[in-house]
Amino acid sequence: MPRSRPGLGEAPAWRGLLIGAALLLAAWLLVLPLLVLFVEAFSGGVAAFTAAVTNPDAAAAIRLTLVVAAIVVPANTVFGVAAAWCITRFRFRGRRLLQVLVGLPFSVSPVVSGLVWVLMFGAQGWFGPLLSDTGLRIVFALPGIVLATLFVTLPFVAGQLIPLMGAQGVAEEEAALVLGATGPQMFLRVTLPKIRWGLLQGVLLCSARSMGEFGAVSVVSGRIRGLTNTVPLHIEVLYQEYDIAAAFGVATLLAGVALLTIVLRAGLDLRGEALRVRGSQARLAVAA
Amino acid sequence: MRRPVLPGFGLATGVTGVYLGLLVLLPLAGLLAKAGTTEPGRAWALFADPRTLSAFRVSFGVSAGAALVSVPVGLLLAWVLERYRFPGRRLLDAAVDLPLALPTAVAGIALTTLYVPDGWMGRLLAPLGIAVAFTPLGIGVALLFVALPFVVRAVQPVLAGLDPEADEAAVILGATPWQAFRLVVLPPLLPAVATGAALGFARAVGEYGSVIFIAGNRPMVSEIVPLLIVTKLEQYDIPGAALLGAAMLLLSFVLLAGINRLQGRSGGRHAA
Repeated sequence: MPRSRPGLGEAPAWRGLLIGAALLLAAWLLVLPLLVLFVEAFSGGVAAFTAAVTNPDAAAAIRLTLVVAAIVVPANTVFGVAAAWCITRFRFRGRRLLQVLVGLPFSVSPVVSGLVWVLMFGAQGWFGPLLSDTGLRIVFALPGIVLATLFVTLPFVAGQLIPLMGAQGVAEEEAALVLGATGPQMFLRVTLPKIRWGLLQGVLLCSARSMGEFGAVSVVSGRIRGLTNTVPLHIEVLYQEYDIAAAFGVATLLAGVALLTIVLRAGLDLRGEALRVRGSQARLAVAA
Repeated sequence: MRRPVLPGFGLATGVTGVYLGLLVLLPLAGLLAKAGTTEPGRAWALFADPRTLSAFRVSFGVSAGAALVSVPVGLLLAWVLERYRFPGRRLLDAAVDLPLALPTAVAGIALTTLYVPDGWMGRLLAPLGIAVAFTPLGIGVALLFVALPFVVRAVQPVLAGLDPEADEAAVILGATPWQAFRLVVLPPLLPAVATGAALGFARAVGEYGSVIFIAGNRPMVSEIVPLLIVTKLEQYDIPGAALLGAAMLLLSFVLLAGINRLQGRSGGRHAA
């Protein structure tokens, strides 16, 4: 909204200077790294790029990353909905503790998030001797990668839903119950439609992170080529072998996922805003 | 009318409790227990080792530097995004999310390629005698990238809630722009700025993927604590890795508690 009064920084010179400085800083600090990524990826031509992403080791890494995401995302989504339901809908002892635990993985270093599983299931870990008797491998194998990724991405869905459901309140759910809905009916027809955009955002963030996690996975994976290398780990291997163009070629796949996430989120944000506005109008209507 | 009791308490709480217990509480307790059962002599030797001390100094020093630099840059971005409408504004807003969305290893190799001596930025800086890649300054560049979104996203909602008429009034009453900013705009933003900087710092201290490529990883110079943990693991020094990991975990608990208090004061909700 254009304003004619002399607000702070409203003089055209100030305005232009500040916007210019912000765009310049963003271009340098944020956009340049993305740009160099795509330029390097295609520095060897399209054929070299195609060869890098279709190479058997790359294909194995992509497959493993998708398998991990296919396990982790549904698990953390179900957990996220359950956690948001119990934390925002009920008051009970230990509620605060659950809330703190949900957010905890956010503030733990990725390396520590991997380390904890090595200390659990590694050869010198708490359950190491037990595991070596059964021959089951967790660390340096798929289960370890899944556990580390579960840990790192655990807060994403719950973190989106808890503030959203806390703000939404329970009036519609209570109305459904009074009108005779069963628990599952109430959840599927009232709660789920209310939270769907927030839920989708959480699933999106969780998916992107589960495919891109590097530190935690690198600690538990053992980097066995073609076997326990996920896409980010494969990028590291290529880079260390000075196969720079291939490293960036594979990296563009993950950058593509990241860009898609940002675009979809921006779209969902618009929806969410529209919904919030409509929601507050509805509340005003009820109050009047 | 009596309010109906919402269903699903037992199921939701049971799922949440078991899931968190097995995936968060148990492994973190296992880490602290492993560190706690190490002989004190060994722990003392590790934490008195100059290489360990240097890694903590580098990790915390450079993270603090990056968090500090992220304050003015983040304030500028938040201000421009909230106060002005201009072409490219939505794009700028989306670009702020890049460091959160881009996988750390991808950011790491991209930043390294930019700042090596014959890279796009490195070529500009080399004649000035500034070496970025493979120095602590390189770590700072990577951590600034990582920490930047936090100040912007913490300040934006608070700035949006400030009435522009307040600083308009200050300007009309004769304040210089700097006075109006310092005395009218900045004070209500400070808790949010501090929260954002603390969140960025906490994230930077634990960061691994975007740092290791650009850092050079020379012990005593550009080695960070997370990398030292990985090194210990690769040398099968499990107790050493557990001790360092536990130290990092406890420090992040302290930071988290501090951030919660700050957030209580700024009253805003923030994307973590």
